[in-house]
Amino acid sequence: MTPTRLTTRALHVAAAATLLCASLSARAGEVEVLHYWTSGGEAKAASALKATLQGKGHSWKDFAVAGGGGDSAMTVLKSRVVSGNAPAAAQIKGPSIQEWGNEGVLANLDDVAKANNWDALLPKVVSDVMKHKGHYVAVPVNVHRVNWLWANPEVLKKANAKMPTNWDEFFVTAEALKKAGVIPVAHGGQNWQDFTTFESVALGVGGADFYRKALVQLDAGSLKGATMQKVLTTFRKVKGYTDKNAPGRDWNLATAMVIRGEAGMQLMGDWAKGEFIAAGKAPGKDFLCAAAPGTANAFTFNIDSFAMFKIKNTANLQAQKDMAAAIMSPEFQETFNLNKGSIPARLNMDMAKFDDCAKLSSKDFVATAKSNTLVPSIAHGMAVSSAAEGAIKDVVSQFWNTDSMTPEQAMDRLVAAAKTK
Amino acid sequence: MSPGFASRLSRWMPKLAVAPGFALSFAFIYGLIAWNGVLSFSASRLLPNYEWVGLAQYVSLFESERWHVALVNLGIFSALFIGVGLALGLFLAILLDQKIRAEGVLRTVYLYPMALSFIVTGTAWKWILNPGLGLEHLVRGWGFESFTFDWLVNPDMAIYTIVIAGVWQSAGFVMALFLAGLRGIDDSILKAAQIDGATLPRIYWRIVIPSLRPVFFSTLLVLAHISIKSFDLVMALTAGGPGFATDMPATFMYAMSFSRGQIGLGAASATIMLCTVAAIVVPYLYSELRGARR
Repeated sequence: MTPTRLTTRALHVAAAATLLCASLSARAGEVEVLHYWTSGGEAKAASALKATLQGKGHSWKDFAVAGGGGDSAMTVLKSRVVSGNAPAAAQIKGPSIQEWGNEGVLANLDDVAKANNWDALLPKVVSDVMKHKGHYVAVPVNVHRVNWLWANPEVLKKANAKMPTNWDEFFVTAEALKKAGVIPVAHGGQNWQDFTTFESVALGVGGADFYRKALVQLDAGSLKGATMQKVLTTFRKVKGYTDKNAPGRDWNLATAMVIRGEAGMQLMGDWAKGEFIAAGKAPGKDFLCAAAPGTANAFTFNIDSFAMFKIKNTANLQAQKDMAAAIMSPEFQETFNLNKGSIPARLNMDMAKFDDCAKLSSKDFVATAKSNTLVPSIAHGMAVSSAAEGAIKDVVSQFWNTDSMTPEQAMDRLVAAAKTK
Repeated sequence: MSPGFASRLSRWMPKLAVAPGFALSFAFIYGLIAWNGVLSFSASRLLPNYEWVGLAQYVSLFESERWHVALVNLGIFSALFIGVGLALGLFLAILLDQKIRAEGVLRTVYLYPMALSFIVTGTAWKWILNPGLGLEHLVRGWGFESFTFDWLVNPDMAIYTIVIAGVWQSAGFVMALFLAGLRGIDDSILKAAQIDGATLPRIYWRIVIPSLRPVFFSTLLVLAHISIKSFDLVMALTAGGPGFATDMPATFMYAMSFSRGQIGLGAASATIMLCTVAAIVVPYLYSELRGARR
């Protein structure tokens, strides 16, 4: 092809594109979406939403900020909001939605929620998180279960051990694995991973009511008492079965140790499943998933959601509402969660396409929502304000790392940390 | 054009030329310092607001265990980083000053770490010091099965690994400064001392090192402010861990302001850091400027 012909073709394409845009822009708006889904599976999940919106004629302006925990994304978001130029939607979750709501910058989605009957589609604990002062301001995209235990069945077989269902069995299994010469528990010593383990121990040892009182309502009596002491001793005992290279290790490297059979078990949320799947492993055959010891009848949830910001342009406003409705649609919830490894936030979804771990997760999600044992994950920013969460995380991580600290000292510090506002 | 205007213009020209830069630096350095100061007295959470809470943020700052850990770490790190850095840099400079062969090559080798960013230094030392990957693994591989060097993962010792990496990075730079100072000393003084029969260590102790005083001061100033604002090295090497055992004021400030939604508390810690730097710099500048005027 000669250069001239190439240019002509490019011109044609450009002209067509301009025409197309012009014809759409009459009614269509633009949504700018801030998110931090930048890894492989996550990016695929985000493009599903993009396609849905483009199907409705709106344009999608991607505003992805790298950095898994979302810290850098939040910093960018703050500067945008302070300068009066908020994006239409941003990935914000848990009590942070309330904090943003208190700043008075979130949009009211009640009409979309009413038209699509969100109140009936979401468990109350979930819809409460999405509301600020009784009005919907955010939409959930998925539910992660945090209290999972992952294991390598081959390693368990070699050690002649079985999948534990409570903490006593857990230590029997861990001891057997140790004797067989593998690392019993794969752990990454980052403070949020210490906290994730602590959370599962607290739920398994104390039960859902204790968990809610101590780690959601921050009741001083529960934070300092016999049950919490038992939780802390059990938590400390788990550390004895991790290897000493753990500090600073990323969670996915810990998962890789289970995949390779260097370690037997890992306590981690269901995003770990993505690592197993990516390594070509099949659930039930190459790896096992079960609720963390003693938590089979409870569920700690970590929900990703989009909070909608107040915007002025009316066309964009329509696009924003369409996006909110699209996120809650069964089609999107299915595609997105198949890619992300989590389960849909709406109840009564057809789970046929999901794997066994996700089916178990979904069944337990519905069941625990009924039996009131569905609790928010404190380690993943769902239970308390970010300031209190951070202070408690500091104490837990310090207790994990400082062998000389007694459970009594830890409990005193927990009570003090819970007062952080 | 009247001659009066031309002369007035030439009198004002320097001020006009400097004015934009001055205005910009005033707004974006001193203005933002002042804003940070205001925020440290406010109830700011996620976003800045101006609800006055007096000294409450400072009170909760000094009640916070984590801040105390950060201050103690800053003390340990500064003392060792500056002390060892100075001693090692001076030692290297004295060795290099002995008119040896290939001095240019050696000087580049020693100075080279300074060309790396602290992020690179931190990441490299993280691998070297990791017990399962680096030094401990290597020495055990050589047959010394009981060799242990796990400071990186030991909450009581982790801060010293930061000192190691920091000194490794800056010793060459200190050496370069001292070498320049050594080269500036008048040879005839040293020759006279030699004729008087002074030994080499004595010459260094009584003549060379005292005449390096100004170099000591400027090196101290540079290292001191690096240690107070040290952030990237800690982030790359330990990310403040295990737990928050290696937290420093700068990492504390970042965590509070940007991931915990406590901008007020973060601003208060930043103000304390500024005061710490000022406590070192102001007396130094004062003595320097007074010396110059004399």
